[in-house]
Amino acid sequence: MESKFISKLLLLTLGWLLSGSLLAGPVIQTWQTANGAKVLYVPAPEIPMVDVRVVFDAGSARDGDNLGVTSLTNTLLTEGAGDWSANEISERLENVGSSLDTGSLRDMAWASVRSLTEQHALNTTLDTLAAVLAQPRFNTEDLERERQATLASLLQDEQSPGTTGKKRLYHLVYGDHPYATDSEGTTASVKALTRKEIVATYKRLYVARNALVAIVGAVDREQAEAIAERVVGGLKSGEHSPKLPSVPTLKKAVVETIEFPSTQSHIYVGQPGIRRGDPDYFPLYVGNHILGGSGLVSLLSEEVREKRGLAYSVYSYFLLMRQPGLFQMGLQTKNSQAQQALQVLTDTLLRFVEDGPTKAQLTAAKQNITGGFPLRISSNSKIVEYLAVIGFYNLPLDYLDAFTGKIEAVTADQIRSAFRRRVHPDRMVMVRVGKKDEG
Amino acid sequence: MNRLLFAVALTLFVSAFAVQAQVHEHQLKNGLKVIVKEDHRAPIVVSQVWYKVGSSYEHGGITGVSHVLEHMMFKGTEKHPPGEFSRIIAANGGSENAFTGRDYTAYFQTMSKDRLHVSFELEADRMRNLTLPAEEFAKEVEVVKEERRMRTEDKPQSLTYEQFNAGAYEASPYRIPVIGWMSDLDAMQVEDLQAWYRKWYAPNNATLVVVGDVEPEAVFTLAEKHFGPLKAEKVDRLKPRTEPKQRGIKRFVVKAPARQPYVLLGFKTPVIGKADEAWEPYALEMLSYVLDGGSSARLTRNLIRGTKNAAAVDADYSAFSRLPGMLMLDATPVPGKDIAKIEAELLAEVERFKTELVSQDELARVRNQIVAAKVFEKDSVFYQAMLIGRLETVGLDWRLADEYVDHLKAVTAEQVQQVARKYLIEDNLSVANLDPQPMDGVKQRRAAGGRHGK
Repeated sequence: MESKFISKLLLLTLGWLLSGSLLAGPVIQTWQTANGAKVLYVPAPEIPMVDVRVVFDAGSARDGDNLGVTSLTNTLLTEGAGDWSANEISERLENVGSSLDTGSLRDMAWASVRSLTEQHALNTTLDTLAAVLAQPRFNTEDLERERQATLASLLQDEQSPGTTGKKRLYHLVYGDHPYATDSEGTTASVKALTRKEIVATYKRLYVARNALVAIVGAVDREQAEAIAERVVGGLKSGEHSPKLPSVPTLKKAVVETIEFPSTQSHIYVGQPGIRRGDPDYFPLYVGNHILGGSGLVSLLSEEVREKRGLAYSVYSYFLLMRQPGLFQMGLQTKNSQAQQALQVLTDTLLRFVEDGPTKAQLTAAKQNITGGFPLRISSNSKIVEYLAVIGFYNLPLDYLDAFTGKIEAVTADQIRSAFRRRVHPDRMVMVRVGKKDEG
Repeated sequence: MNRLLFAVALTLFVSAFAVQAQVHEHQLKNGLKVIVKEDHRAPIVVSQVWYKVGSSYEHGGITGVSHVLEHMMFKGTEKHPPGEFSRIIAANGGSENAFTGRDYTAYFQTMSKDRLHVSFELEADRMRNLTLPAEEFAKEVEVVKEERRMRTEDKPQSLTYEQFNAGAYEASPYRIPVIGWMSDLDAMQVEDLQAWYRKWYAPNNATLVVVGDVEPEAVFTLAEKHFGPLKAEKVDRLKPRTEPKQRGIKRFVVKAPARQPYVLLGFKTPVIGKADEAWEPYALEMLSYVLDGGSSARLTRNLIRGTKNAAAVDADYSAFSRLPGMLMLDATPVPGKDIAKIEAELLAEVERFKTELVSQDELARVRNQIVAAKVFEKDSVFYQAMLIGRLETVGLDWRLADEYVDHLKAVTAEQVQQVARKYLIEDNLSVANLDPQPMDGVKQRRAAGGRHGK
């Protein structure tokens, strides 16, 4: 199936948490489990199902010297726990139609389930999740298998010009900061990981005070409290992970070309952006929506795609993390057009930083963001992700309710001022991956 | 804990009652079929227009024309200049997109429920009044070529898949890549699009699907107002282009710069509406679930966790397409493992169905999974609309989406064995291997100063 634009990129670009609200958001209830895990809950009685997402401050920013250790630890949770082997865990869940997913990024690592609320299904699912979180086995055999799977995935990355470029961009922007490396680690680091390091990582990070439980579904408050206790009750209290080091600013521009046997050049431009809760966040969000965050109607899309036909996908976004995530722009174009496309990209950014938005652009952006609010909380799966992010980053519980007002209050001057202070076109990292000869 | 479980059981009963789906159908005089499904959970609505046209309607020389036309549908009508469509939808807080497949081209907007008229007005307008300016086409076809480079040319596994289809099918138009061959994109003219648009974009060749917080009668009235005045078009009967019986295994090798080998296998199989027995496609669906319905299914259990040769492995079959397709299997190896061994393991899994009945445990597990999936699917209005639109557009009935569970539950172990013996045979098989070529010149070059990462 071909599609007019790329949904994954759009998701990243829009930064779904940054939505506005004409209507009220869902009412979020919160409490702590006996062992100190924070819980966020929203009842959703319409469909007889429940989503439970447990998020830990256990992303690759916590790898230390063992790059990839948090990712492999997270993967291994479901590959054997308590009385059950990997096959038995999958069988238990699939017998009752439930799903269990794990994953990790730079900041967070999680395990989440979706289950019917029917008694047997829910019991089985919750017991399995509890065991996966509290009693993972980390058997050597499972470790070796998942190590090989990670190495295979890293080889796949190497044959992709896009992934190659993005990884290099992070290295050049973040230098020695833990955000520099992709969460899977590197081939050398993954080969060197030991069971001892994985067990130590698990014991340090998978503790209640480092966890957030998000629950959305057809369960009442009492049931939700029982679910939370049951799922994370087996964890030690432990401590929250310490503060991450701050991200140094870039001192000057960096330009790098990676030779690659591809028909297109993938171009990435970036620099450290903003963290969650940054005071410039609303002006930068609305501004970026206009610049490159609103799909086909953004300035970048207008200049690169609509006017010149240079690329299928072009975007910009601020990735929000505990420490400043990337401000990133990107596109892909045939090698011979790489220079031209890069020029249009940087010219458009320069002009926007210089001029800020027009009144019409600002109005259109606000209409889109606030008018689209109901779409963003229209399903349980969207709401549970909101809860996970609001809880993980300690955003206020009225975050969604307050959002529309804050979007509406943004002025063109604020956007111009924020972009001039926070975006530095003269100090960007630029990575191009493609065939140099044709460029 | 007992209190919790008792209360949860009650919740199931009440909720199941509350979400009873309501689907309503109505045909306008010009032939446009309108299907509305009520879902009052959130104050939103998704509106999708499905056209019966896609790459399987195309012939050599104009491949990719359906998809390029999809792009051009955003390039203006007499009433709305290029780009205006997306701007209006955005200003109304909507999200929109479009997609092209082998059997369909579809356009959708998701909006606050009070904006449905905006979507209808714009979709009705571009159903018949597209201007297709030559200068816009000249730019947009370049965008599509970039899309092709990104999706196919620079992705070794996608290249393998494209070559596989082109070789495995003889007469079936499923051999045509949806995005089109590069040389056809190079030679495409705006006149090709004009002809294609006139031929297929008409109310009597489309289905309008609306799912969300709406009242069916109000939607039908609104549809009549905007789409009612459109004229029907004479739509030609499609030639059958029936795939001839395959007479022996086919093998392909695809050489491309890559780090990892990849193998893709496909057996020609029937689909719903074109099978000798009505249950056969459901038995094939069941077989495909037994292989790959989760990580307790046979492929992960035996190839990833068992022999540990494969790093990734999938099975894929769809009972719901316009023309017969294939049951496909694919795999990538753990680094250093022999891809030929994995191919043999995949074929051994297929052979096993012929000699050994699928266990009742496996059948029960699949049944429970699809029953649960049917409940989970209610969480997405978009997905519910997709199911209806797709079924209607490939010439089936939307009610099949609801009957699917019952049909699949009725499949027996013997039926799974019968379809395996009948269709999953060597004479019906095609195999493609990606043969990785060196990725020469992958080295870094610094052009200007700055600090280094790790």
